[in-house]
Amino acid sequence: MTYNAGNYDVIVVGAGHAGVEAATAAARMGAKTVMLTLNLDMIAFMPCNPSIGGPAKGIVVREIDALGGVMGKVIDKTYIQMRMLNTGKGPAVQALRAQADKALYSREMKNLIENEENLTIRQGMVEKLIVEDGVCKGVITETNAAYHAEAVVITTGTYMRSKVLMGDLEYESGPNNQRPSLKLSEHLEELGLELVRFKTGTPPRVNSHTIDYSKTEIQPGDEKTQGFSYETTAFITDQIPCWLTYTNEFTHKVINENLGLSAMYSGAKRGTGPRYCPSIEDKIVRFNDKPRHQIFLEPEGRDTEEVYVQGLSTSLPESIQHKMIKSIPGLENAEIMRPGYAIEYDAVVPTQLWPTLETKVISNLFTAGQINGTSGYEEAAGQGIMAGINAARKVFGQDAVILDRSQGYIGVLIDDLVTKGTNEPYRLLTSRAEYRLLLRHDNADLRLTELGYNIGLISEERYGRFIMKKQRVEEEKKRLNKIIIKPSETINQLLEEADAAPLKEAVKAYDLLKRPEINYDLIEQMIEVNEMLSDDVKDQVGIQIKYEGYIKKAKEQVERMLKMEDKKVPEDIDYDAISGLATEARQKLKKVRPLSLGQASRISGVNPADISILLVYIEHGQIAKVAN
Amino acid sequence: MMETDTIAAISTPIGEGAIAIVRLSGKEAISITSEVFKGKDLQNVDSHTINYGKIIDRQTDEVADEVMVSVMRAPKTFTREDVVEINCHGGMVAVNRVLEILLSRGARLAEPGEFTKRAFLNGRIDLSQAEAVMDLIRAKTDKAMNVALKQMDGRLSALIRSLRQRLLETVAHVEVNIDYPEYDDVEEMSHDMMRESTKVVHAEIEELLTVAKQGKILREGLSTAIIGRPNVGKSSLMNTLVQENKAIVTEIPGTTRDIIEEYVNVRGVPLRLVDTAGIRETEDIVERIGVERSRQVLKDSDLILFVLNYNEELTEEDLKLFEAVRGLEYIVIINKMDLEQKLDLAKVDKISDGKPIVTTSMLKEEGVDTLEKAIADTFFSGDIDTGDLTYVSNVRHIQLLKKAKQALEDAMEGIELGMPLDIIQIDVTRTWEFLGEIIGDTASDSLIDQLFSQFCLGK
Repeated sequence: MTYNAGNYDVIVVGAGHAGVEAATAAARMGAKTVMLTLNLDMIAFMPCNPSIGGPAKGIVVREIDALGGVMGKVIDKTYIQMRMLNTGKGPAVQALRAQADKALYSREMKNLIENEENLTIRQGMVEKLIVEDGVCKGVITETNAAYHAEAVVITTGTYMRSKVLMGDLEYESGPNNQRPSLKLSEHLEELGLELVRFKTGTPPRVNSHTIDYSKTEIQPGDEKTQGFSYETTAFITDQIPCWLTYTNEFTHKVINENLGLSAMYSGAKRGTGPRYCPSIEDKIVRFNDKPRHQIFLEPEGRDTEEVYVQGLSTSLPESIQHKMIKSIPGLENAEIMRPGYAIEYDAVVPTQLWPTLETKVISNLFTAGQINGTSGYEEAAGQGIMAGINAARKVFGQDAVILDRSQGYIGVLIDDLVTKGTNEPYRLLTSRAEYRLLLRHDNADLRLTELGYNIGLISEERYGRFIMKKQRVEEEKKRLNKIIIKPSETINQLLEEADAAPLKEAVKAYDLLKRPEINYDLIEQMIEVNEMLSDDVKDQVGIQIKYEGYIKKAKEQVERMLKMEDKKVPEDIDYDAISGLATEARQKLKKVRPLSLGQASRISGVNPADISILLVYIEHGQIAKVAN
Repeated sequence: MMETDTIAAISTPIGEGAIAIVRLSGKEAISITSEVFKGKDLQNVDSHTINYGKIIDRQTDEVADEVMVSVMRAPKTFTREDVVEINCHGGMVAVNRVLEILLSRGARLAEPGEFTKRAFLNGRIDLSQAEAVMDLIRAKTDKAMNVALKQMDGRLSALIRSLRQRLLETVAHVEVNIDYPEYDDVEEMSHDMMRESTKVVHAEIEELLTVAKQGKILREGLSTAIIGRPNVGKSSLMNTLVQENKAIVTEIPGTTRDIIEEYVNVRGVPLRLVDTAGIRETEDIVERIGVERSRQVLKDSDLILFVLNYNEELTEEDLKLFEAVRGLEYIVIINKMDLEQKLDLAKVDKISDGKPIVTTSMLKEEGVDTLEKAIADTFFSGDIDTGDLTYVSNVRHIQLLKKAKQALEDAMEGIELGMPLDIIQIDVTRTWEFLGEIIGDTASDSLIDQLFSQFCLGK
């Protein structure tokens, strides 16, 4: 029945944000890779916000880039606006956010992967996996093409058994009226994977010509040019603004009067939606005392008049959406080009995955992205690159690569998913990271370039530049520690201009920089300028010195955490044989099967006594081995 | 947990015996002790020697206790680490003070069963005992949890909860500014707002620590009511309990006679004779406020000592009291056994639904031992070593309060230095976590829950 469509090292199913990272990473590591997608015109498509980055998420994009991924490079070529967020706050929480030219992003990504060596791209609907003795060996499409490979990465996003909901309209469809993947999730269930039903939604898009922008507030991009990728050298200066308007009591009245017509409020039992991305209906119901909600108007690109109405995600009937839109200042005459809708889909319960994103029930099968219960392009891409790396490494017989919680937001994301699971679509927030001061936008390269290089995803040239930067930072810190600044009229004049207290006695430049109101630029005016230094290096020196005490404290915490991570749980551990474990802890441990005591300690329901008992048990095994 | 730091704990049941031992184990056991020890230089004494001296509180230069210190160097020790044992005077005040001093010098309070665990991990205990060690950890931890919970005053935990909520709201406020920088419905958190929040919480923690210093938290015990008709011997019972344990209570410095009398420690079980349902008010509690109300009052007690008169028949009042205590934790004390029996013991047995019944004569001091054992049995099932459990949980509370205070002071320093709020927030979160450990709530998901219930967020 089937025909042999080829033999590969790695198959990637899906070409969304997770899929493209997985496929390019595997291919660049030398794995012969094929990527299968439902529709070749939808590669790295953004079915919701035309935006990449933001707090935590923007840092993920930098991390992907430091590991050698593609998201940062492509958005840097296709943004219509770029902003650094939280500039008034500390360095740990600053992050870039880009508004994307949606169509251009997708085209640019397609072009990039089409020119990738080792990577074949095919259109096709995967319906089945080839599994032999619990090992995944390939996939079969609806056209009976059998692709064979050593490892398979599934990145099917929100397409599995997906349904679009709008008022009482309901039909089987992927996002944006794409074909849904109906048979694959059934097949995954047959293979023993547990699935869960999630939902998300998107707002209507309106025609820019019909918007009265004079009634809205302009939201321009930053003047300073900046990018996500450490390889970007040419920046886009011609930026397009977004616009801000608000809902009002009339909007809320329309929604309240028609709440029963909303697909998500009509009483039928539905999948779980994310709290952080509520529909406008949710917002009105849950916060009914709020007189208005923000609405951002975001252009979807340079060559389109479609504008994304951020803040108005809804599953109300189309007719009500018209009324709702027309109640908003600036949108009185706005024409909806595409209505908003809710979408319901199957996701894999992520505690069924190892921290490598390989499934526990089927070896050599990996899942990444929204299929694992996350939301957001960046979260998907972060998983995608890790799944691609680990799939390729498994094929080559190399050790798994797992980021811990102190190495990156990607580590936090994956550890949360596989250890704690999630009961709603998971979004990264800076507050999910314990060591957020270490997981900064500015040091993503320092954290992960070395790893990217060792994996084989960072070029020699880039690695050389990175080593140089690292060296310059260290040398400059040493230099500042040797320079003594003495109080003088010039110095104190400079300090006064910066609203800083004057010097009374001589101080090291290093120590002066520690004062919160003093930055590197000011110090530079007081000392001999080091012409070799780029802004990048200066920023880094400033941050590392200024927050030294806090960084040190965080690193000590990390060290304690890593000690626990180093205590490995033997793979063949039999939790039933360990007396003394609490019943709940035993069940959770059996399900999650943590790799280390550290991971075990983060499982909810496993308490310190259980960890002690586990430790005794593990050490017992080791002592027994030595005794033998 | 699996660190090789130095741990300390009281290793004798508190309140029993004339001597209490604080044990330390770990690399710094000897150096930490010698820092606070006045006597020979412990760093240079021979291993396995006992040394006389004093433990000094270095902050006040006061003598905490006169002690005998055993120094035992690795590996010939229980844990195969350096071990120090400090023999203090019996009673909980001196020994707790010594423990606190050691903790303030860098020792860490041992977890339940941790000495045994270390002994095992260092190969001191036979492998076949691994199972036993695990059972021990489980048993000790569960009991420590129970005791800690029982000991915690409802008001204390309520206060800590409210402080945590305040911190959580502050942190959520900072978080919403970070994760949703464009969200306009909330005023941007300022240094002044942060200063205000931290100040309030800091003052409350300081107040708690002051109270703790006076020994109030230390002495918090199981709230205990003594009830019974007039003249059944309630006062004698209380006096006997107090006298029996006098050595302990008189060691509490700076406390008034009133408070002392209300506190007793029976075989490691700390009892607090509570004012509200205590001896004076319960004189004729049922008569005065009726069965239902008195039930409410008595419900707040952890233990009720219900005294009957051996020399009188059961009265209507006695039966009402039985009704009032039904379902609660109580011990029936039949007093005045030196007099003629008029009480129907079979009937008492029947209506006291299986609760312990003890016969005593307070006058002749008979049956007191049995009563004390019954009290201990009620809370420890009698057969488990009370070990380092009862008061340690309180020392633990104080340690955590101190850590919380330190973290909050770090935050306050950051505020004054003008550090960014998201950095100050790190220390505020730590404070919140330490306070959470006191009440056993360390779920890190609460912040995210708070974020989404407090603010309307989304795209």
